[in-house]
Amino acid sequence: MSDKVKVTIDGITVEVAPGTTILNAARQIGGDIVPPAMCYYSKLEGSGGKCRTCIVKVSKGSEKDPRPMPKLVASCRTTVMDGMEVQNITSPEVIEARSGVVEMLLINHPLDCPVCDQAGECDLQNLGYEHGLQKTRYEFERRTFERIDIGDKIQLHMNRCILCYRCVFTADQITNKRVHGILNRGDHSEISTYIQTAVDNDFSGNVIDVCPVGALTDKTFRFKNRVWFTKPIDAHRDCPTCSGKVTLWYKGEDVLRVTARKDIYGEVEEFICNTCRFDKKKTADWVIEHPTHISDTSVIASNHYETLKPLPVIQNNPQLQQANKVELEKTTKF
Amino acid sequence: MARKLLLEHINVPGINTFDVYRQKGGYRAVEKALKTLTPDEVVEEVKKSGLRGRGGAGFPTGMKWSFLAKPEGVARYLVCNADESEPGTFKDRYLMTHIPHALIEGMIVSSFALGANTSYIYVRGEMMPQIRILEKAIAEAKHAGFLGKNILGTGYDLELYVQPGGGAYICGEETALLESLEGKRGNPRIKPPFPAIAGLYGCPTVVNNVESIAATVPIINDGGDEYAKIGIGRSTGTKLISASGNLVRPGVYEIDLGLPVEEFIYSDEYCGGIANGKRLKATVAGGSSVPILPANLTLKLANGEPRLMSYESLSEGGFATGSMMGSGGFIAFDEDQCIVRNTWNFARFYHHESCGQCSPCREGTGWMEKVLHRIEYGHGKMSDIDLLVDVSKKIEGNTICPLGDAAAWPVASAIRHFRDEFEWHVKEPIKCLDTNYGLANYAEPIAKAEVTTGN
Repeated sequence: MSDKVKVTIDGITVEVAPGTTILNAARQIGGDIVPPAMCYYSKLEGSGGKCRTCIVKVSKGSEKDPRPMPKLVASCRTTVMDGMEVQNITSPEVIEARSGVVEMLLINHPLDCPVCDQAGECDLQNLGYEHGLQKTRYEFERRTFERIDIGDKIQLHMNRCILCYRCVFTADQITNKRVHGILNRGDHSEISTYIQTAVDNDFSGNVIDVCPVGALTDKTFRFKNRVWFTKPIDAHRDCPTCSGKVTLWYKGEDVLRVTARKDIYGEVEEFICNTCRFDKKKTADWVIEHPTHISDTSVIASNHYETLKPLPVIQNNPQLQQANKVELEKTTKF
Repeated sequence: MARKLLLEHINVPGINTFDVYRQKGGYRAVEKALKTLTPDEVVEEVKKSGLRGRGGAGFPTGMKWSFLAKPEGVARYLVCNADESEPGTFKDRYLMTHIPHALIEGMIVSSFALGANTSYIYVRGEMMPQIRILEKAIAEAKHAGFLGKNILGTGYDLELYVQPGGGAYICGEETALLESLEGKRGNPRIKPPFPAIAGLYGCPTVVNNVESIAATVPIINDGGDEYAKIGIGRSTGTKLISASGNLVRPGVYEIDLGLPVEEFIYSDEYCGGIANGKRLKATVAGGSSVPILPANLTLKLANGEPRLMSYESLSEGGFATGSMMGSGGFIAFDEDQCIVRNTWNFARFYHHESCGQCSPCREGTGWMEKVLHRIEYGHGKMSDIDLLVDVSKKIEGNTICPLGDAAAWPVASAIRHFRDEFEWHVKEPIKCLDTNYGLANYAEPIAKAEVTTGN
């Protein structure tokens, strides 16, 4: 008998190490049954449990104690037990509760996607598309805040914030001072830095990447372009402070933006430093690897109408042409 | 006259001082517990007494104590939750103001039972006088050798500290209280782990209400079996009820659990009936977070039997026709009170006090407050009533801590039992501003509320 525990999620059984959360067990299965996560971030210790979008139903507690759990539980913070049975998309109750949570997240959100830099790679947009209502039932003024500059490179647009606390955990993890946190309570809560001082750290730019919505934006990229007009390319450089593994977002020959590489759940693989993010915006700074894999369902993958001819970087690099074969064939098809 | 256990000597002059309290038999429980009983025996007595948590959830105290993890070499803590801020509840404040040594004595006995050498009383920030009273009482007890090192020569050490809170309702939730006590923002923690495993500073911790801790004193003095004889069924002992609202004599009463609600409201021994000769319209039986009940369902169960003041009887009928014991904040409304306004007031409170950590409660409480405000001030729509029910359902059960449930229940129950009044507010947008719905709109005698189980 191995020391692994068996858990069944939506009828699919998987064996995972004890202490794994339901969400991570579902990610090991993959596919549609993975609950969405707006606040949980596997790289940030202590995150999760707040947004409630990942709620699932535990229809059987464990082999020892088969009673179901009385309430829906946050899958990102509930650990699996041997023989546990979980219902996610197979339970209408979960889907209803989740759409309720999405509605709550959206009632005070400005829905300014047309001018928001995050549009196209926004978790809330995806979630709203999947679970949201077409019309809002909220008929009151939405809460508003002034925009705040956190340092000279990052802007906080609190109106869009869903208070996932990810940036707070990031700031706690990169510095040992509590410089970044929450003010006030309830729906007046506000992300803030101590008397608007900058989060003074080489890695502060990562708060932009962890933000699931457009609340924290890169001031070097603000309003420059829509993400679906840019072409992501993985690249690296020899960086003394971080791993230097990044994604460059090209428009024509210009690098408009540098971000950390993200996995399929939108989580960064490795945090990158501010020098890489904000200051190295020339192709010459980087060693180009290959185009970033973007899921076909993402709006970023549908930028063909803009780049019918392959990017210049690809044109003079046979290795990239080979890697980009599918995309190039699509181009000739059109 | 029922027997008083907690408030027996409440009218003795100077009972708030150590000397008078001691003369009246105070600190006997400490002597008995420390000198003749082992900690496990004290836990056993409390288990036998059937004492249930007096803070709201009604979880058996002895059971809670026995769940406490006891790893070697790790400190254990007892924290007394005196962050009483539920609208309608003021029993703990009364107890701490007038008979503070009852709490100190209970703290010593309970800490001894749990093996805690440092214990905290977390008092709500607004209760500054009570904080001073408790600190004085602790100093007196320490002077008399009941606190500090080697208490009564038994080798047991205990330090007791009073910690003022910042005045947030959410800090009455036990994990938020522990966060606040550690000096952090008072956000509830995500459970598990429960405080019994990892609580204050990551150590095993028990958090108990003031009244639960004070109740250990008569349990140790008279024995758990004796205590269990009072009360009815699984609701044993006496309970402090803070009665407020349109009553002839509002105040804090100690009752035997199992007292009929009708007797509590109308007998001269207790509240003495509804003030100004009016009639009862509704009650909130256990503090603002429990479902509101119309008069007929307050006095009688759905099957016609009298409703009793006990954990089981008050919750009889579930949410359709029942309520909850809660923290014992009994609020009575007479025929002239506006349920819509009251519901809005409660919703406003929960909106203000939501910590903002998890989305359904942060956004939903504000939404309900705004919709209720609109109905109360004559701008409501018929669809708003169903909207409120729907929003409350989406909050309930989907939050980290029970504040979301507490915000949802009063709204859902008010609409369940008083839907006609909400509809009247929508239909008569001008009249509702200066006239109350009043009993004039009810049939005579008060009609039996339609029992809708759908919600």
